[in-house]
Amino acid sequence: MENFKAVIEALILASEAPLALEKICVILEGVEKAEVKKTIEQLIVDYNERQSGICLTEVAGGFQFRTRSELSPWIKKLKGSKPASLSPAALETLAIVAYRQPIVKAEIESIRGVDVSAPLKGLLEKKLIRIVGRKDVPGKPIIYGTTKKFLEVFNLKDLSELPTLRELKELSHSSETT
Amino acid sequence: MADETTDYAIKLDIFEGPLDLLLYLIKKNEIDLYNIPIALITEQYLQYLKIIKSLNLDLAGEYLVMASTLIHIKSKMLLPVPDEPSDEETEEDPRAELVKQLLEYQSFKEAAADLGKRPLLERDVFTRSAPINDDVETLAEAEDELVEVNIFELIEAFHRLVSRIDNKELLEIDLEKLSITDIINDIMERLNREKNLTFEELLGERIDRRHIIYTFLAILELIKMKMVKAYQTSAFGVIRIFPAVES
Repeated sequence: MENFKAVIEALILASEAPLALEKICVILEGVEKAEVKKTIEQLIVDYNERQSGICLTEVAGGFQFRTRSELSPWIKKLKGSKPASLSPAALETLAIVAYRQPIVKAEIESIRGVDVSAPLKGLLEKKLIRIVGRKDVPGKPIIYGTTKKFLEVFNLKDLSELPTLRELKELSHSSETT
Repeated sequence: MADETTDYAIKLDIFEGPLDLLLYLIKKNEIDLYNIPIALITEQYLQYLKIIKSLNLDLAGEYLVMASTLIHIKSKMLLPVPDEPSDEETEEDPRAELVKQLLEYQSFKEAAADLGKRPLLERDVFTRSAPINDDVETLAEAEDELVEVNIFELIEAFHRLVSRIDNKELLEIDLEKLSITDIINDIMERLNREKNLTFEELLGERIDRRHIIYTFLAILELIKMKMVKAYQTSAFGVIRIFPAVES
């Protein structure tokens, strides 16, 4: 078991989805979690130092090998297809869901000031958001939240990695000036 | 303002709504968001509205609501302020609500732009080219190798089987008497003997529509009575039926 750095590297490569630390620990029976974590961190450094085309990324609660973003033009050439991009409306709606989840449609609409049916539907189809449940108020509106795929697509470790909104600061500033 | 008409035309389709348009006007006029000259903004807003209306009537609805809000605020601000300044807290600026809304929207607009700048999967970064299986998400989270099957997946499996039968067979009239109770007993007997079976195995040779339907109904009935459990190993995998309790 001395070379479990290689084992971890292989496990992450072979895994289809981002591989969680806990899962690695289960597979490498008897190795301390802290030890595994340290080894993964070392692997991340290794890949960065050797300036390889791929990097080990912590994403959606696990670890995954991804190509470096600078190299995307080459990979696009390989794939040939254009990636489906999100419209500004979809992106705004997604941002609101991400920051304010769990959230109902009416709340999103009051922030955006426009109907969000279409972008919501698109985001659900792309599996970036999901229905979390129904709010216990008249009409039982659907509650939305983001998915694990959202974290994967947006290269986020978890939701706490989202940068904090400027809003709160600004609002307190406004109460001072008015 | 006539000389700015061309400017309007270019900008129209990029507004995400009335709030977005207001933010644009505020930025364009280099206005302090906390002290909006409401008369000026209302005037410019209505100018834009005219153009939007002339181009795309559908858009106008939400924009009109904002127009009335602006006019309402404007009229409120024209009213004389009572001499006795009551509690500063209670005497709220008529613009306060709108400012709050604009700030909130602005912060999400920025957050959305930030999200869009992240290294996106399949746009900027790529994984080893195993296709991302969308439906695995919920299933992958489960620790067990076996995943409990829901009713829709059962119906799906049923559908696949039915569609596999030769159409000719469907025309034959089968007078053989079948009862769900018989099939339930048959299924339980076989399950106890063989531990687990797939839907196909349960059917055996008797692939005709009636048998498939009866077997399917029997399985649903058994699941309802909690006598069997249906599992699959992965999304779209083979569904296996297990006896719920070892007897």
